[in-house]
Amino acid sequence: MESHNGPTGQTGAHLLHRLFEVQQQYMHIPKQSILELAGELRLPVSQVESVVDFYSFFHRTPRGRFDLLFSNCTSCGDTAMMRSLCKRLNVTPGETRADGLVSINETSCIGMCDQGPALLVNSRTLTGLTAIRLEQIAAQIEAGVPVPEWPVEWFRVQDNVRKNGLLLGTAFETGSGLRAALEKGPEAMLAEVTQSGLRGRGGAGFSTGMKWKFCREAKGDAHYVVCNADEGEPGTFKDRILLSSHAHAVFEGMSICGHIIGASKGYLYLRGEYRYLLNDLHAVLKRRHKARLLGKHILGQAFDFDIEIIVGAGAYICGEESALIESMEQKRGIPRVRPPFPVTKGYLDQPTVVNNVETLAAAALIAVHGGAWFSGHGSEKSAGSKVLSISGDCTTPGVYEYPFGVSIQRILDDCGAEDVQAVQVGGPSGTLIAPDEFERKLGFEDLATGGSFMIYSKDRDLLKVISNFTHFFAHESCGFCTPCRVGTTLLKNGLDKIASGHGTKSDVDEMYRMATMVKRRSHCGLGQTAPNPLLDALKRFPEVFEQRLVHDSEFEPHFDLDAALEEARQISHRDDAEAHLA
Amino acid sequence: MSDTMKENNNTITIDGREIPFKEGQTIMDAALAADIYIPHLCHRPGLKPHGSCKLCTVEVNGRSASACTLPAAKGQEISNNTEALNGVRKTITQMLFVEGNHFCPACEKTGDCTLQAVAYHLDMLDGHFPQFYPRREVDASHPGIVLDRDRCIMCELCVRTSREMDGKDVFAITGRGIDAKLIVNSASGKLADTDITTDDLAAHICPVGAILIKEHGYEVPIGRRTFDLHTIAEPGVEPVILRKGKHADEH
Ligand SMILES: Cc1cc2nc3c(=O)[nH]c(=O)nc-3n(C[C@H](O)[C@H](O)[C@H](O)COP(=O)(O)O)c2cc1C
Ligand code: SF4
Ligand code: SF4
Ligand code: FES
Repeated sequence: MESHNGPTGQTGAHLLHRLFEVQQQYMHIPKQSILELAGELRLPVSQVESVVDFYSFFHRTPRGRFDLLFSNCTSCGDTAMMRSLCKRLNVTPGETRADGLVSINETSCIGMCDQGPALLVNSRTLTGLTAIRLEQIAAQIEAGVPVPEWPVEWFRVQDNVRKNGLLLGTAFETGSGLRAALEKGPEAMLAEVTQSGLRGRGGAGFSTGMKWKFCREAKGDAHYVVCNADEGEPGTFKDRILLSSHAHAVFEGMSICGHIIGASKGYLYLRGEYRYLLNDLHAVLKRRHKARLLGKHILGQAFDFDIEIIVGAGAYICGEESALIESMEQKRGIPRVRPPFPVTKGYLDQPTVVNNVETLAAAALIAVHGGAWFSGHGSEKSAGSKVLSISGDCTTPGVYEYPFGVSIQRILDDCGAEDVQAVQVGGPSGTLIAPDEFERKLGFEDLATGGSFMIYSKDRDLLKVISNFTHFFAHESCGFCTPCRVGTTLLKNGLDKIASGHGTKSDVDEMYRMATMVKRRSHCGLGQTAPNPLLDALKRFPEVFEQRLVHDSEFEPHFDLDAALEEARQISHRDDAEAHLA
Repeated sequence: MSDTMKENNNTITIDGREIPFKEGQTIMDAALAADIYIPHLCHRPGLKPHGSCKLCTVEVNGRSASACTLPAAKGQEISNNTEALNGVRKTITQMLFVEGNHFCPACEKTGDCTLQAVAYHLDMLDGHFPQFYPRREVDASHPGIVLDRDRCIMCELCVRTSREMDGKDVFAITGRGIDAKLIVNSASGKLADTDITTDDLAAHICPVGAILIKEHGYEVPIGRRTFDLHTIAEPGVEPVILRKGKHADEH
């Protein structure tokens, strides 16, 4: 088995890692490097090229020596701030300043929703932006001070855990889960996990015991465990704190899973936005090796297991488990045809378990405390607790853990949210709900969530929110299937038309028709959920659209004739009334 | 258990008609074997199923699925040739038209083009959606083959054919989302510097006019081309499409 991590435990030979190094060195991926990497990794040139073009953090033309990416998330983003810094530094968004010093652009949610506005500068996370900080950043850039020399407190990321529950509040002694699992043996341990009623925390809610059982029973040359730490759903940041403060439990969950399914190798796929966690995670792995919790003969028994970390490079779709596996295989993140599912044909076509960070951490606790302990909490179909990332219009955003079955209103009360207009439960791919639904409950039987909980007060322009989400999906569509590739762009264009005040009733009807088609016919979960914000808003907040429509006309073209005449007006130096259409 | 017995037990129902299938067949395989047409663009018998165009969308026991990738399974009740599904397929075809640049009267492939034929079959009269007018590169570097990306529908038939049939790796899709585009596997990025030849099946497989053989334009006059003489829904038309108009006269 080839190793993707170098001898120092740093990330190594994986194509994504090599491309990251090249991007850091040259601020882009030169053609020559593509050819060299293709040779070095024995890959087709076209494969290397296609990977470069697929992931947002790689570029074919040079970015600035200071490359800033402002989050454009409704919680941790502030594109007005981005524009003001652009103005201050004389940069056009998306372009590199002529002297090559600086480039500024937007990026999808970077998971700092409890401490935004936030940005990435040369792939490092900078939180809590203020007007003053922007001015300081501008000064550092103009003075050419390298990012590692910027004040460390600018880069501080807080956990902001506001409410502990079953998972965050139960002390976990390093090694205790593995010890219990090795003692019990794989079959008994699997029975505990099944009995616990644990269901996947990544969104889909598949029974973890069943998944592990299927994988254990599947035949293959090797089995693999993959921890999905891609956490790309806007408004989600709970895996971030699990990785920063509960990494032992996460790695231990992976190891326990490995013991049950017969794997000797596990991978943690970390989103590129969380690269700042990498050193600490490697340090934890090292400590676990020393403690004989990883490596050969774990705890002196006949069990070998090791964990590597693969770092992504800006692609939400790589959170989808089969796209994630493709990405691990050094390809574009295109979701596979299913069936077959990863449990029978996953990484390198071998049986593979892909689990969310929180699922694996919960499994480690279940190993110690037993299945009954876990199933004693939560609701009937949703055992245990859920760690939520709460952000948006409330006084105390942060991480809150609740037993399943908690009501939306209770959560809103706890985080100090008042005058709430709407809540987006489960992120843009989830459900947008109105105040008359705040007695609904979190859980797989009612409102499922991967952990995102975004609050919008009465002051928010909901159309902007919906539009933001719709742009997000169009940007993140992998482009494999027609409904999503073309449909998400059509929906984006339709919303832009309405937002600009040119939409009519027929545009809304068209969008509804397109949204239902994309939802029903797309290849994977991205396309199947991309229209949710639009459809939910049409159902629950129709006035948001109606207010913007042109009512005295059945139809308005997408094409703006008066705007198209602008070039002619400039050439002829005219701007009088006659040079405009009414 | 004998093969015939197995077949007798294994049936699926498409639009009320019960048809047999063999273990390992997809719904598309079973349908083609029974001369039932399920519209498709990215699928070709003999190549690994892909499932990207979604033209073959059917409903299996009420759930949406791609016929070309879903394994046939005993007792499946499938709707295929319904007004609603053909409406969905027409919309998808329109989406494929507007995202590229298709000026059919000026295209050598007209009449032999599967996209066009599918559009006829689905009664598509216009693109319906605003045109995207993407800017895409033409590659005429190769002495025998021209690549006109304006017409590419990202079906990856050429990608798979080169890999699976020709034993090469000439084509790939790069980029993400609506910026996806076809590239070729060479240091220069030009077709001339790949190992493709006009003998490769990949040079002939393109369902639209994105990959064309040079110096063989308009050998068959319009009016006597494949889909002037056949409809796309006709049983057994697959090999005829590949032979193109050249041999269509013989039918
Ligand atoms: C577009 C898309 C993005 C996803 N992103 C994530 C993610 O960031 N993290 C995650 O755990 N699951 C994500 N999922 C769900 C995974 O496909 C998969 O169901 C999950 O990792 C399984 O783990 P679980 O059973 O522990 O939940 C995503 C799914 C889709 C369709
Ligand atoms: S639904 Fe979207 S993200 Fe998923 S395969 Fe299709 S294009 Fe890709
Ligand atoms: S060039 Fe032709 S065969 Fe290749 S992907 Fe494009 S449309 Fe399909
Ligand atoms: S023919 Fe089935 S998806 Fe294209």
